Amino acid sequence: MSGRAWVYGDDLDTDVLAPGKYMKFGIEEIAKHCLEMVDPAFAASVSQGDVVVGGRNFGTGSSREQAPAALKALGVAAVIAQSFAGLFYRNCFNVGLLALTCPQAGRIHAGDAIRFDAAAGGIENLTTGETLACEPIAPHLMTLVRDGGLLAQLELRFAKERS
Amino acid sequence: MSAQTLAVKLVARAAGRAAVTPGEIVTCKVDLAMMHDSGGPRRVKPMLERLGAKVWDPERVVVITDHYLPADDDESKRIIATARDWVKDAGVRRFHDGIGICHVVLPEQGHLRPGMFVVGGDSHSPTGGAFGAYMFGVGATEMLGVLVTGEIWLRVPHTILVEWDGAFGDGVSAKDVMLFLCGRFGMDGGQYQAVEYAGSAIGRLGMQERMTLANMTAEFGGQTGLVAPDEVTRAYLAAAGVADIDTATWQTDDGAELAAHHRFDASALAPQVAAPHSPANSRGVDEYDDVRIDTAYVGACTGAKLADLRMAARVLRGRRVASGVRLLVAPASLRDQETARAEGTLGALIDAGGRLLANACGACAGYGALRFGEEEVAISSTARNFKGRMGAASSRVYLASPYTVAAAAVTGCITDPRELL
Repeated sequence: MSGRAWVYGDDLDTDVLAPGKYMKFGIEEIAKHCLEMVDPAFAASVSQGDVVVGGRNFGTGSSREQAPAALKALGVAAVIAQSFAGLFYRNCFNVGLLALTCPQAGRIHAGDAIRFDAAAGGIENLTTGETLACEPIAPHLMTLVRDGGLLAQLELRFAKERS
Repeated sequence: MSAQTLAVKLVARAAGRAAVTPGEIVTCKVDLAMMHDSGGPRRVKPMLERLGAKVWDPERVVVITDHYLPADDDESKRIIATARDWVKDAGVRRFHDGIGICHVVLPEQGHLRPGMFVVGGDSHSPTGGAFGAYMFGVGATEMLGVLVTGEIWLRVPHTILVEWDGAFGDGVSAKDVMLFLCGRFGMDGGQYQAVEYAGSAIGRLGMQERMTLANMTAEFGGQTGLVAPDEVTRAYLAAAGVADIDTATWQTDDGAELAAHHRFDASALAPQVAAPHSPANSRGVDEYDDVRIDTAYVGACTGAKLADLRMAARVLRGRRVASGVRLLVAPASLRDQETARAEGTLGALIDAGGRLLANACGACAGYGALRFGEEEVAISSTARNFKGRMGAASSRVYLASPYTVAAAAVTGCITDPRELL
């Protein structure tokens, strides 16, 4: 998978990803306002397959899974950060969004072309030619994201149990 | 068996294992699942229908409405109505509607006891850890997983032990402890591990102050925040109708392996204030000269329990809020509000010029009609001051204890509350 990088800083919080005043609406409406407080151009300009890159503690704050779900709804293929807030990290996989922990995420700049291979644990910065290593993803979380998230996985499981 | 932390013991029991090792991934049986109106029924109902599945055990589910109350618009009304209808359909009897914020109502209504393994559909779910239960927050889809299986995966946590020895000074509270820790170690200081609070100063704190420690473990970046149960826990729970708790088992053993061990002198801690837009921007109150405020907000599970209302009242009794300042008070539960009313605490807040708001999340969640305006400067006893969370992107929120919020209400600028006690 490859896409363009949207780069933000440390402690990017759930409230800028899924602003509270839109939380009463569905994900399409929330997604229109994703990151508008820090980057008003983001939601309208992000393309299918792009990646969002943060520094430390990406996704700090709320349990609202609309934060990763809004990114997914906008076509974001993965979030990449030096570290993630634990609850946000779980929510990413639960909604079927890949989260890559990359200690060298700071070497990715806005607009860089990024290719990643989650199974191999690597990110290639096609703009700079660098290869960046990612921390391994727990096998059950890889399966979860391959299945399309927890709801889809449970659907498969229940269908099997019925048949 | 080797010495174990409280967190490891709690997870081992839930995993049905004699022992577990920090770092390994286990599957735990859930004793209790708590949801509120926002991440709860309105989200899980359509997913349950898609699966054609039912709740694994309705007796182990608690639903509490707090985010979209008061329901001022059609969407909010629909969300609340969905919660009310769903609990009936799902057979959930433990439903608390409009009596306060979930993290405060849950123990108040006697649903928690030491040793339990609990998930909550809200990031401040670590609050339950104050009772020696392993409680942590999950998103709505993960809650769905719990509702249909009764289980959840967990990476067995390491423990970060934070000890406070001695006694906190007058006018210094659990909120100051957590702002200090966020400032000192950052919002990822807890590394999504278990953070246990101990030491003689913690032992002297009442249950609601311990709840504030566990609650803001979310901002400190822990998965859960624990306080080992003792006689203070026993007395609170007995009053809530929970008898025969085990305080002997649910302790960290001497010599248990810790990821980190921090020790602080409680008497040296000054009131803390976190500047916009992060709880990690915390410094001593004396470093904020002449920061004028428009609004003083006493609210949320973090900062408007009975203990918090009493702190604010100690500063405000016999005083009036400064000209041009509005003081908003949203008691965290109806029971706390009525106790505060009966004992005169609420009267002191209202007589000082405070405006009483609903027993709900209010401006803290920023989901409803109450939001701070353009350029508004607020000081708040809540947990998070992220940009735009509580209002306009240009609003600025300072976080502080109820003492410090009340002191700012009186003087109109950020003030050391110890000068007014």
